[in-house]
Amino acid sequence: MKEKLICIGNGMAGIRTIEELLKLNPEQYDITVFGAEPYGNYNRILLSPVLAGEKKFDDIILNEEQWYQENNITLYTGHTIERIDRAKRTVYSDKGISLKYDRLLLATGSSPFIIPVPGHTLPGVIGFRDIKDVEIMLDAAKTSKHAVVIGGGLLGLEAANGLLKQGMEVTVVHLLDSLMEQQLDKAAAALLKNSLEQTGLNFLMEAETAEILGDTKVSGVRFKNGEEIPADLVVMAVGIRPNIELAKKCGLYSERGIVVNDTLQTYDPRIYAVGECVQHRNKLYGLVAPLFEQAKVCANHLANLGYARYEGSITSTKLKVTGIDVFSAGNFHGGKDSEELIFQDPSQGIYKKIVVENNQIKGTVLYGDTLDGAWYFQLMRDGVDISAQRERLLFGQAHLGNSGHSDDTNAVAAMSDNTEICGCNGVCKGDIVNAIIEKKLFTLDDVRSQTKASSSCGSCTALVEQLLAFTLGSDYSATPKTKPLCACTEYPHADVKRVIKEQHLTSTREVMDFMNWTTPDGCHVCRPALNYYLLCAWPAEYKDESQSRFINERIHANIQKDGTYSVVPRVWGGITNPQELRKMAEVAEKFNVPTVKFTGGQRIDFLGVKKQDLPGIWEELNKVGLVSGHAYGKALRTVKTCVGTDWCRFGTQDSTGMGIKLEKLTWGSWTPHKFKMAVSGCPRNCAEATIKDFGVVAVDSGWELYIGGNGGIKVRVTDLLCKVESEDEVLEYCSAFIQMYREEAHYLERTAPWIERVGLAEIKNKIVENADNRKALYQRFLESQKYAQQDPWEERATKGVAQHEFKVLKDISTQQQELV
Amino acid sequence: MVNRINIGTINDIPKLGARVVQSKQGEIAVFRTADDSVFAISDSCPHKNGPLSQGIVSGHTVTCPLHNWRINLETGEAIAPDEGCTGRFTVYVEADGQLFLEI
Ligand code: SRM
Ligand SMILES: Cc1cc2nc3c(=O)[nH]c(=O)nc-3n(C[C@H](O)[C@H](O)[C@H](O)COP(=O)(O)OP(=O)(O)OC[C@H]3O[C@@H](n4cnc5c(N)ncnc54)[C@H](O)[C@@H]3O)c2cc1C
Ligand code: SF4
Ligand code: FES
Repeated sequence: MKEKLICIGNGMAGIRTIEELLKLNPEQYDITVFGAEPYGNYNRILLSPVLAGEKKFDDIILNEEQWYQENNITLYTGHTIERIDRAKRTVYSDKGISLKYDRLLLATGSSPFIIPVPGHTLPGVIGFRDIKDVEIMLDAAKTSKHAVVIGGGLLGLEAANGLLKQGMEVTVVHLLDSLMEQQLDKAAAALLKNSLEQTGLNFLMEAETAEILGDTKVSGVRFKNGEEIPADLVVMAVGIRPNIELAKKCGLYSERGIVVNDTLQTYDPRIYAVGECVQHRNKLYGLVAPLFEQAKVCANHLANLGYARYEGSITSTKLKVTGIDVFSAGNFHGGKDSEELIFQDPSQGIYKKIVVENNQIKGTVLYGDTLDGAWYFQLMRDGVDISAQRERLLFGQAHLGNSGHSDDTNAVAAMSDNTEICGCNGVCKGDIVNAIIEKKLFTLDDVRSQTKASSSCGSCTALVEQLLAFTLGSDYSATPKTKPLCACTEYPHADVKRVIKEQHLTSTREVMDFMNWTTPDGCHVCRPALNYYLLCAWPAEYKDESQSRFINERIHANIQKDGTYSVVPRVWGGITNPQELRKMAEVAEKFNVPTVKFTGGQRIDFLGVKKQDLPGIWEELNKVGLVSGHAYGKALRTVKTCVGTDWCRFGTQDSTGMGIKLEKLTWGSWTPHKFKMAVSGCPRNCAEATIKDFGVVAVDSGWELYIGGNGGIKVRVTDLLCKVESEDEVLEYCSAFIQMYREEAHYLERTAPWIERVGLAEIKNKIVENADNRKALYQRFLESQKYAQQDPWEERATKGVAQHEFKVLKDISTQQQELV
Repeated sequence: MVNRINIGTINDIPKLGARVVQSKQGEIAVFRTADDSVFAISDSCPHKNGPLSQGIVSGHTVTCPLHNWRINLETGEAIAPDEGCTGRFTVYVEADGQLFLEI
């Protein structure tokens, strides 16, 4: 028999949890939902536009009754659960239904707080919470004139705006001197008040309500200072109270909300809770984004998967009053260690404030121009180090001025339809916009799969996202918070890596099964990523899955446009000798290699080699000690060097020798993306060390270590990590840095974007300041190198590994001849 | 006339992998998927003739190694939004695992 799941509360968080659960395991439970409201599940947020006449009730229904039927969910609308008997595992409704559960989900939401002043129970005094409230307001607007909204917060202002649109005369009463003090600083609040006054709203600031006047129904409001104003309708929007009485009555531990842990479990392990009624890590949330995150995690545990965790949310808010743009996120008041960046243009009605602490955005308030809200919010959530873009931050993404990597919707709006957006796939703006409209695309992934834009090098991703935002307008806010690893899963890189470790998963199959992959065996995006994560997590244990590798890494040579391959042997630190060169020349002749080229990485490339010839070429090269250069891999590539003290009149240290040592130590290691190094003998920097993933520049007194450079698609100059004195230290710091990158970066994220994501401070902290951590990283790197430093060419040339790769299955052309 | 030619056994092809058969019609890529189905299509991507046998196999599709077009192994057709089709051949797996190509 199926287990029984009961959900109390037919609102946004509860039903979202059920939806997530059905996605994971539709068959697991017999589900029953009790909802006190007499309707199906609707989108509470959109009550404001309904009140303002911009939407109808029908538009905001999320799940019709039919949905419950189709999913075999028993729904009791208009039933309030009055009692839970935890010993008997039974719930009792006010209409006499009692039902047993195996697991219970509390999603009772919250109720508007009604200030208990005299007269607060009179007809005509309401909160702003549900359809019933909106119906009362719409009726009142038809028959009467004066509305008073108590509370100048988000909800109060949306109610006031709606009532005004319905033709009432509206006064907003606020206890403090500044509106929306939870979301806005004083400067932005003043601008807001000004705009709202222009639309016709009246404000009474710093006014404390003393009494609601009236005999059989509301007739006015009196304040502490004695002032009275007329009122036919009073909307109290002064805050919400989580609905926790039910939980408290049955002895479930609650404080301000029902207390839950990171798996959304209450103190009774059979009872889960989500939504506004919940207190998690001491915080309560009153916005849907965090509730939806909770829902996802809760469903994961209800489905017995048991690995997702909810760690709290950072929220942002927008005021839904048409024509007025307000955005706020995080801690915008700042603290004693924070600084404020402010841009103000009162004549245009624009105000922007960004609070910065330790070079990271901690909060922001935007008024008038909220275009960059989402961007700041992303920078904030990702903890991006903004020191490099600080001066231009307030001007928005458009003004960062790095080719194609960022721009804003204004700029994309201004582009002509034939402006090329994706250089890799030759996709123009018009193609993308048409696809979004015609094929009803909503997400970046949709656009990628339908148009190929941004599916290759990804440098146009920001532009494509802005085109989405610009084309879809407000609907684009539907984008999920964290980008999933690929279309086969909902989980982002970080979750996948964490679960691999925590659950000790050791094959791609196990990961896909455990994390409910939606495709049978992944795709060309997730399989190589999983293969890497597993290999990095379990160097000794994991058996590399060659079928999950891109062809280049599977057969240790780069595929070329005509299906032939290129062969690049390792030339340690760029130093070779006549014997090696002679062998290379011989090989080129023997195998008729069409092109022999010096690469940009100080070595030699044999281009146009047939697949069958690879083992033969490698065997010959092996004879003089030439091994794979991994020019094909997400792996250690080259270590470029200059001549240094050996020959150069300016050389300060043996840069060539240092480079060779580095390469001998690190070759063979697999990394999230390719990893390049260089060592220069003096600050003239002939080896271009300052655009490498790890660069070393010798000076008289030691070695300067640089990290996070890139000379490719988007050039980035390295950051100085630190200076060290000895060669041994260079080796240790380098290994620690590679290992940290191996463990922490996302697959296909090079060191440059990784550093910009996590911040230089974080890396310095873990490698320079924390010596124990550095040594531990170094040890883990050495451990993993034990299994990595086998020449893959030799294994295939003479040791019989993967021979099927190099031989045709069968040549049937002669047989065909005979049979004809 | 259609010939049935033995080309080896299913175990000659790794799961989620492919091998190539040389024929008068050019190179034919023979795939084995995770569920042990076997498919044969011309080893030439409808985009720019990439060698499909070298791609990553998932489900009943292969991703071309050159520019990531995805090809449906059952039909030889490119998966939308890409458009194009490559030749398809019939292969049989006998009970003893022997593979036969109809050509
Ligand atoms: C052979 C070589 C060009 C040459 O003839 O000199 C080359 C060839 C290719 N590069 Fe490169 N790159 C070569 C040096 C570079 C350099 C210069 C360097 O390493 O000093 C750079 C800029 C430095 C850097 O990486 O920061 C470079 C930046 C790229 C990029 C952009 C990477 C980025 O993060 O922005 C790609 C694309 C990618 O990796 O996604 C790329 C990709 C490629 C690929 C693998 C394209 C592909 O997927 O087929 C080319 C493979 C050709 C082949 O089969 O050999 N190649 N490539 C160079 C090999 C160096 C070596 O000895 O291993
Ligand atoms: C007008 C308005 C505008 C808003 N605008 C935004 C916005 O722009 N952005 C945003 O993120 N958030 C907004 N919110 C907040 C958002 O709607 C809530 O955070 C969200 O609905 C809370 O979801 P929940 O499931 O916890 O509670 P609810 O959606 O309130 O669901 C709880 C349900 O449980 C029922 N219930 C309670 N007790 C019992 C019981 N004992 N037995 C049976 N049923 C019971 C209630 O009747 C209710 O239907 C807005 C809210 C309002 C009212
Ligand atoms: S720059 Fe690099 S990727 Fe581009 S064509 Fe040259 S070798 Fe190929
Ligand atoms: S040749 Fe196959 S995708 Fe381009």
